[in-house]
Amino acid sequence: MTTGLMSDIYMFVLAILVGYEVITKVPSTLHTPLMSASNAIHGIVIVGAIISASQARTTAGYVLAFVAAFFAAMNVVGGYSLTDRMLQMFRKRPGPAGSGQPEEKS
Amino acid sequence: MNPATMNPVSIAVALAYLLAAAGFVVALHLMNSPATARRGSRLSWLGMIVAVAAALTSVIHEATITTAGWIVLIAGAAGGAVTGLVMARRVKMTDVPQVVSIFNAVGGGAAALVAAGDFVRLAGGAGISTRGMVATVLDMVIGPVTFSGSLIAAGKLQGWVSSRPVVFRGARLVTAALAVVGIGASCYLLAGHDSIPVLILIACAALGFGVTMTMPIGGADMPVVIALLNSFTGIAVAIAGFVINNGGLIIGGALVGASGGILTVLMAQAMNRSVLGVMMGGFGTGDGGPAADPATGPDVSVRSISAEDAAIQLAYASKVVIVPGYGLAAAQAQHEAAELAAVLAEHATVFFAIHPVAGRMPGHMNVLLAEANVPYEDLKEMDAANPEFPTADVALIVGANDVTNPAARRPGNPVSGMPILDVDKARSIIVIKRSMGHGYAGIDNELYTDPKTGMLFSDAKAGLAGIAAAVKALVAS
Repeated sequence: MTTGLMSDIYMFVLAILVGYEVITKVPSTLHTPLMSASNAIHGIVIVGAIISASQARTTAGYVLAFVAAFFAAMNVVGGYSLTDRMLQMFRKRPGPAGSGQPEEKS
Repeated sequence: MNPATMNPVSIAVALAYLLAAAGFVVALHLMNSPATARRGSRLSWLGMIVAVAAALTSVIHEATITTAGWIVLIAGAAGGAVTGLVMARRVKMTDVPQVVSIFNAVGGGAAALVAAGDFVRLAGGAGISTRGMVATVLDMVIGPVTFSGSLIAAGKLQGWVSSRPVVFRGARLVTAALAVVGIGASCYLLAGHDSIPVLILIACAALGFGVTMTMPIGGADMPVVIALLNSFTGIAVAIAGFVINNGGLIIGGALVGASGGILTVLMAQAMNRSVLGVMMGGFGTGDGGPAADPATGPDVSVRSISAEDAAIQLAYASKVVIVPGYGLAAAQAQHEAAELAAVLAEHATVFFAIHPVAGRMPGHMNVLLAEANVPYEDLKEMDAANPEFPTADVALIVGANDVTNPAARRPGNPVSGMPILDVDKARSIIVIKRSMGHGYAGIDNELYTDPKTGMLFSDAKAGLAGIAAAVKALVAS
């Protein structure tokens, strides 16, 4: 076991704990955007796809890198646009409490 | 990444990954309130751009990438980006669970492909370290399982694959056989053989396992399954980080793994199911199982009311709680619900009480109502809503069933112990429902025979629109 692997394991475990702390505070109102946002975050695998493409030398390597780049970019771009699209729909109540539409009421 | 050999560029790149990871954590923290969530999502996007820029910088600096590598990378990324963008822009809000599942699938697939790329590069050459081999094997198992499992889940949500639990003779045997093949092949690689055909065998077994694992799970359990698969992808990405020695992937993946894990447990609790029970499948057929409780037959008296009756009750109420359920999402009636709420808000306090599993993925109902312009202050979680029912004049239930069944407070039936909305404590209750059909639990809802309850037998959309029109007419006269 190398020190590099050890520090990677430290990082992994601590990140899980940080994630747990942060995410338990998210209200259930936002669970769908949360899931979409965390989905987008695992699109970080695009970094892996970039590195994979940089190391590819064989046809098999290029094919794997191409599909990985396609999938990862779809994950990142789709994930963030969908999250943003959902979150911009969450609005505060316009004006003071109770005012709905400016409709006539007898 | 050996510290002894770090040049200024690799230091800058490593710090950029750290910055990105910190951005993800702060972004998730900002999601604790609807007021700051959008800022969080943008911060997270910024973190991602920093990480991608860092990766590109390092690749350019090391000058190892070939021209073909650039072409492959740019073409793949551009194609994927456009596909993702189009899907995210076009999807209807009711169909968001499918698209989230598909994005999840490709994330898991990408993680497996990155690990496979590394394996193919090193196989037969200098050899693969034990660390690399363990991580690669794990990724070749988890990645494809997530990929095929998420695609099947998306197919079930979209209706391309039957949402009924699909169980054929010997299905368990096939699942077990795939697991044995996968584990055996993994052990072979871990014993120090770097065979590409064996790696492909593992990937195929894992793909098959993802299918046989998800097929028997019913539509009702989808919120749990999507959350679980989300968690798997996170772990797969973190493991890909171990394969290629990248802290950004490890932290990003771990955060998602934690998030998916928490949501899985929360959803399972809210549905009164164990995660293991969900994975074993065969529950939640989507169209009501056989009646499990013969004591209360269909002959029990139910008070049926018209939209006008409901409107009179609502027009004189000063506090109304609307309880939306899956039926509202299925009928795409969120706009009608929002309109009725706006009409009632003219003279009464109105809010929505939302059960954690309303809709088809965690929190789905909130998104649908937000889309229909319901302000988020009016979307109350179960724990905030329950103390309000005793002082509510009318509880209006639209397309929700099991989550309102008071039988959950008693032991000895399929919904026992399930957290429910205390709708029966309201002064009067109106239920909009198409028929007396059962919910996923397959039992009668005692609420419907409560003397306080009026049943409006209608489609959610037509029922809500009818009530809104009748209330408007009453208030105007």
